[in-house]
Amino acid sequence: MKLPFTVMFEKRMDDVPKWLPAATSIGSVVIAFIISGIILKLIGGQPMRVGKFFFEATFGSWAAVSDTLVKATPLIMVGLACTIAFKMKLWNIGAEGQFYIGAFAASLVVLIPMVPLDSPRFVIIGLMIIMGMIGGAAWGFIPGVLKGKFGVNEIITTLMLNYIAILWNNFWIFNKWSDAGFQMTPPFEKTAWLPRLADYAREYKAFSGITLHLGVVIALVATVVVWWVLERSRWGYEIKLTGDNKEAARYAGINIVRNIILVMMFSGALAGLAGMSEISGVVHRLQERISPGYGFTGIIIAWLAKLNPFAVVLVSILFGALIVAGREIQPSGLAQLLQGIILFMVISSDVLLRYKIRFIRLHSPAAGEVEVA
Amino acid sequence: MSESPFAVEMNDVVIRFPGVLANDHVNFTLRQGEIHALLGENGAGKSTLMNALAGLYRPTSGTIKIKGETVNFSSPKDAIAKGIGMVHQHFMLVPTQTVTENILLGLDQPRFFMRLKEYDQKVLALQDQFGLRVDPTAKIWQLSVGEQQRVEILKTLYRGANILIMDEPTAVLAPQEIDDLIETMRSMVAQGKSIVFISHKLQEVTAVADRVTVLRKGKVTAEGVSITGMTKRDLAQLMVGRDVVFSVAKKPQKPGDVVLSIRDVRAENNKGVPALRGVNLEVRQGEILGIAGVSGNGQSELAEVITGMRPCQGSILINGEDVANQPPIVSIRGGVAHVPEDRTHVGSAPNLSITDNTIMKAYREQPVAKGWSVDFTYARENARNLKRAYEILAPSVETMARKLSGGNLQKVILAREISIEPRLMVAVQPTRGLDVGAIEAIQTLILAQRESGTAVLLVSEELEELLSLSDRIAVIYEGEIMGIVPNENADVEELGLMMTGSHLEDIRKQKAASDAGRVPS
Repeated sequence: MKLPFTVMFEKRMDDVPKWLPAATSIGSVVIAFIISGIILKLIGGQPMRVGKFFFEATFGSWAAVSDTLVKATPLIMVGLACTIAFKMKLWNIGAEGQFYIGAFAASLVVLIPMVPLDSPRFVIIGLMIIMGMIGGAAWGFIPGVLKGKFGVNEIITTLMLNYIAILWNNFWIFNKWSDAGFQMTPPFEKTAWLPRLADYAREYKAFSGITLHLGVVIALVATVVVWWVLERSRWGYEIKLTGDNKEAARYAGINIVRNIILVMMFSGALAGLAGMSEISGVVHRLQERISPGYGFTGIIIAWLAKLNPFAVVLVSILFGALIVAGREIQPSGLAQLLQGIILFMVISSDVLLRYKIRFIRLHSPAAGEVEVA
Repeated sequence: MSESPFAVEMNDVVIRFPGVLANDHVNFTLRQGEIHALLGENGAGKSTLMNALAGLYRPTSGTIKIKGETVNFSSPKDAIAKGIGMVHQHFMLVPTQTVTENILLGLDQPRFFMRLKEYDQKVLALQDQFGLRVDPTAKIWQLSVGEQQRVEILKTLYRGANILIMDEPTAVLAPQEIDDLIETMRSMVAQGKSIVFISHKLQEVTAVADRVTVLRKGKVTAEGVSITGMTKRDLAQLMVGRDVVFSVAKKPQKPGDVVLSIRDVRAENNKGVPALRGVNLEVRQGEILGIAGVSGNGQSELAEVITGMRPCQGSILINGEDVANQPPIVSIRGGVAHVPEDRTHVGSAPNLSITDNTIMKAYREQPVAKGWSVDFTYARENARNLKRAYEILAPSVETMARKLSGGNLQKVILAREISIEPRLMVAVQPTRGLDVGAIEAIQTLILAQRESGTAVLLVSEELEELLSLSDRIAVIYEGEIMGIVPNENADVEELGLMMTGSHLEDIRKQKAASDAGRVPS
């Protein structure tokens, strides 16, 4: 087949239009859905029916929306954790480990216990939030110091610390705090649970069975905080400057070593907060496999959101929906297939940001060119 | 010469970028076997025009003819196929590979086995033909900048280029290397190649070119004029559009108290070799101390130890406070402005806006800082004012720094450094690579600093610049100060001797001795 035009890629000389990054991201998601539909059709499925079911399972009812948001909550926080580190070009691959240590540290409040378990709920939860963040920050501090003071590659250290964190958790839940020999601690007292909408079902009937918990509010507050830090604060300016040009940052008198450590700690604290929210809001005990790889998904989310905190929220909801759908739809691999295609699409759509595509009609003067952004 | 046919004809070329008309109905012709200088200020559209010829951009309208044949390039590949080769300002070489490997990179031959020995010979043969000497087996990182440039030229020649576009080839070269390059260019045209020589150094243009085309703000102000009979002044006027004063006016002024006092400072360079070997200097209020010397004799390191960017031994007092071996923040707080040698890698953040770049020093203090936050509304307003005051050409203060031309970027840096109201300004090669208009602007700014009582340490490789700006000139050689002379009785010959490693006392002694020898006893 001979096409009546040739396609040409040209390097972009001008600024990328403001709407284009968002448009390509959304376009990628749409195209990913279409491709998945085609694949489904090819293997003999009914894409429209699956699509409908997908939507119903994730956004079809208040309960479904709640499920999606519950899954999105930890994703938002780990997504933010990666965002802030990546802004400074610190490749924190360790959100997973920081998540586990955050969960562990928050559990200590109940397991030791650090305060009497009949204390008011806000005291226990407040303390758990603080401990979760401290735990995650400590787990970020280690690679931060190694990177800042000794130049050790943070990708390796954060990755390795993930395994240590998971096994550390296992040690305690198999050993000291095992619930009758199972790899989990006994359930926490209700005072250590983040309030859920279902708790208010007696007053508001509509809330019955809605598992959405306070963690989502914490995640949204964290989003605003991260946005403020990055876009408005002096520290955020230092992070951006260091991320763009380390030498210029040094020249501007910025203490880069200190910032590397602080950013790693902040990033860890956000991931640790996600861990706290998950055990206190969803599982209500410390156990094995509290994270199905949230920390790694966070990397993808930060990237898809182009390091924009508010976009992190939207992307997290999409990924939360994919997790929920994966649980509901058979074969369950479909959601992962979709996830993979989305990622692939978004990464390849970057071409559009760097190049212009021109269609040039053959056998016609140059005036017949059609330009596609 | 003028009878030889056209190698390139560009007619009525318009190149439009969003918001910018880079080339406005430009005509340009290149004859076979000539060196045609393309002259213009930074941002005048020289590189844009030539990038269109090299297939990197497409003209919005207009025609390009190569040897009479109309062409429509859609990629550099097409241009190379027509014998056009461009030597870019920034080299595109792989540092860990050899010269020959770099030359062969991307070619179809050799196909599978590199057979480097055989190709080394081919490269050597090409070198002989044009007098471009560089060891083909050397790795790129081992080569000097001048040698790397030769590799770039060899690359285009190897690909069969007959039309060479050289984008400011002399900007990165030492004086001796410039002479070699000019020699090479002459030998290339003697063998039938045609060369477009992009430059804003008037001296070189008058020395080497046959004809010149001058661009100003995207328009042609002189089209293919023969260089004979043109003076530097004529060219400068065509470039800038007004009379250029070649020496900026410096008012006589008495220096005040000592601001910077350096005692026995020693430091190493990045390779761990001693770069400063016991330097002693003093700079006073309202005084410009020029540091002369061939590059690589410790000038960069000297600036870096003062601004806290490099560890050292010895003492560096700024207003009585020792800043030696302290982090940069200490010297910043002490009122030291720093115009670094490397504008893009040290002096600015390329992907941040002009606004962000103007607050690099001021973001900690009122009024840019507001508690823990940065007042970006104020910062933007302030950046707009600076943009106006310093005549920074850019679409807006949101423009990313990397989109600015060298001169405009340097103005951003100076605007930022001057607005901290420094007590000491350390400026390293502040006008390197800039065009006449920008040089004049930058030099005027530095003189204004002197008048307002700032102590200025000015490092430059242009002796002319030092002579027109400095109050005193110190010459540095291999990390030692060879001597310091007041500007009024500076003797260029004496400076030259010091720059090549003679101590001032020795020169004077010898002179005295030879004078004495002439006296009949």
